[in-house]
Amino acid sequence: MLDTPVSAPPIIELRGVAKYYGSTAALHNINLSIANGEFLTLLGPSGCGKTTILRLISGFESPSRGELLLNGEDITDAAPERRQVNTVFQNYALFPHMSVWDNVAFGLKMQRRSRAEISDRVSEVLRRVHMEALADRKPRQLSGGQQQRVAIARAIVNNPLLLLLDEPFSALDFKLRKQMQLEIKHLQRQIGITFVFVTHDQEEAFAMSDRVAVMNEGEIRQIGSSQEIYEEPENLFVAHFVGEINVLEATITSRLDDGAYTANVEGKDFKLRSKREFEAGEDVKVLLRPEDLIVYLENEHPFTGQFFLGRIDEAIYKGATVDILLTLDSGRKLQAAEFFNEDDVDISYSPGDRVALSWVEGWEVVLDSEGE
Amino acid sequence: MPRLPGGGGSAFRAFGISVTWFWLGAFALLPSLALLLVSVLDRGELDFFIPALTLGNYRELLGPVFLRVLWDSVRLAFFSTLVCLLAGYPFAYHIARARPKWRPWLLLLVIIPFWTNSLIRTYALILIIGAQGMVNRLLMALGLIDAPLVIMYTDFAVFVGLTYTLLPFMVLPLYASIEKLDTNLLDAARDLGAGSLRAFWHITLPLTLPGIVAGCMLVFLPSLGIFYVPEILGGAKNMLLGTFIKNQFLVANNWPLGAAASAVLTLALILMAGLYRLSSLRVAGREKKGLLGGNGDGKNPRREAANLPEAALR
Repeated sequence: MLDTPVSAPPIIELRGVAKYYGSTAALHNINLSIANGEFLTLLGPSGCGKTTILRLISGFESPSRGELLLNGEDITDAAPERRQVNTVFQNYALFPHMSVWDNVAFGLKMQRRSRAEISDRVSEVLRRVHMEALADRKPRQLSGGQQQRVAIARAIVNNPLLLLLDEPFSALDFKLRKQMQLEIKHLQRQIGITFVFVTHDQEEAFAMSDRVAVMNEGEIRQIGSSQEIYEEPENLFVAHFVGEINVLEATITSRLDDGAYTANVEGKDFKLRSKREFEAGEDVKVLLRPEDLIVYLENEHPFTGQFFLGRIDEAIYKGATVDILLTLDSGRKLQAAEFFNEDDVDISYSPGDRVALSWVEGWEVVLDSEGE
Repeated sequence: MPRLPGGGGSAFRAFGISVTWFWLGAFALLPSLALLLVSVLDRGELDFFIPALTLGNYRELLGPVFLRVLWDSVRLAFFSTLVCLLAGYPFAYHIARARPKWRPWLLLLVIIPFWTNSLIRTYALILIIGAQGMVNRLLMALGLIDAPLVIMYTDFAVFVGLTYTLLPFMVLPLYASIEKLDTNLLDAARDLGAGSLRAFWHITLPLTLPGIVAGCMLVFLPSLGIFYVPEILGGAKNMLLGTFIKNQFLVANNWPLGAAASAVLTLALILMAGLYRLSSLRVAGREKKGLLGGNGDGKNPRREAANLPEAALR
């Protein structure tokens, strides 16, 4: 990753920002710094406050508490038209009575730029989003993807310090959405403007972002790279929100010298690794992604290392993988995803088969029981 | 009439359309044509008109009497419309932006006066603006004036009457077009650096233009034609277009001249309807023009869109 959010001066900073609607809190104490040139995604279920953060940055809402700094300058009370921030709205909000060209030129006209400068910059940005041939059309004569491009062009032509995108792909069909994701990511790299993107789609967030902030109920629950979020969830909410995950109940029995622990997991003794601190006797959760689990038919298992025994309930063919639903002898139900093995094409999993289940040591995530 | 696709519904549809056409033909088109015909016939000594073609009626309209009437009427109608627009726009704007549960009640307040006959409401105005009316009493009680103001039987009284009677016709179409306006567009304008005044000028005003034109038409034309308001509030002193036409038919028994004046009024209506159509088309934007103007065959914009990203990656 190129950006180093810690050392580079932040382009936007939210300090202790809270937002209340009456007595309901939409945001609690948000602290967020975004580095210049970064692509940051706010990811979370609807109503988690991600759009509220966007509207606070764009100036359509003002915080109940805390302050916002844009490029080091306090903009907490600045009107939207006074902020060097532009937005790509969820429904694009293109001006229906203006041509593509006039839509894109609008911001520059508001800045009272010269005619020649407007002309140059509008043509350049339309070329960049491949819309120059359709400059004379009205928005309603464009497809969803084309409207999307115009909305982006209309925002970036102003060279904002920050571009905000509010679920911009929600109106597009699956295939077009994938293409636009890639296109926007390329565009962001080319122009180097900081993007703050809002989505509830985890795949979209991971595919596009340098960093992802996972939100729930008005709080940022974890912020980090896609890989960190997926592989090192800091709490059960994040673990459950991104992808599938198995949660096992365990109790720490002792701490070993090398930072590892011994624990009783689902009735069996295991060695676990974690960066977190636990004490003997503490109840913990052990988190394992389905694709990290290795399933052996019982008769093929070497019976060395640490493993569980269980029984297959269901095997679901998914094309590249097969999803296996199984029940451990302790009664816990788990999900595993196995890739087809080229060398062993005959392998087949059937309901009722006895299996042994293990995982690569150290890939487990151990959380304390409190962190919901 | 184009052939309709088969099925049981098409017979009903054909019937429905025929009835509509018949209705429009019999009660709108035919009388208008009759009026137009009478307007080019000569005036008879005993009959209302005699079957001799002439443009004399229109020539008579060009005379100083009618032109004076027309000028007074248009001036009064213009100012009534202007005041209705200036008062009606903020009014309609606030109803349209009120909380959804309040809107029907606010609209009801606009509509309630319709439940009373407008003739009676015009008489009721006398109670307010008459020499012993509420306005004069109030001003005298406050000591602002010593003698009652003469409001009744002036152009101003007619102007007040027209404005009062026709204001709802301005508010309702304005409300409809402002309510439809997507507030996201105003957010977008502000996001792009427009202050609220410029956002109003560049976005709200052009997008509610059809409502403005419709409202102005619905106020301007009736205020030219209504004859009872000038007659009740303005007395007999100043003749306006509506009164002129009424008098030709009912008092002077000069049907052809009345018909000619009426035809001129109808022509004005058609011109303004054309203007309205033009303004709403400008806002809507014509599909056809854009598709011909753009590149490609224009048949499948989605496919075009799907192809573009590949080009972007090359």
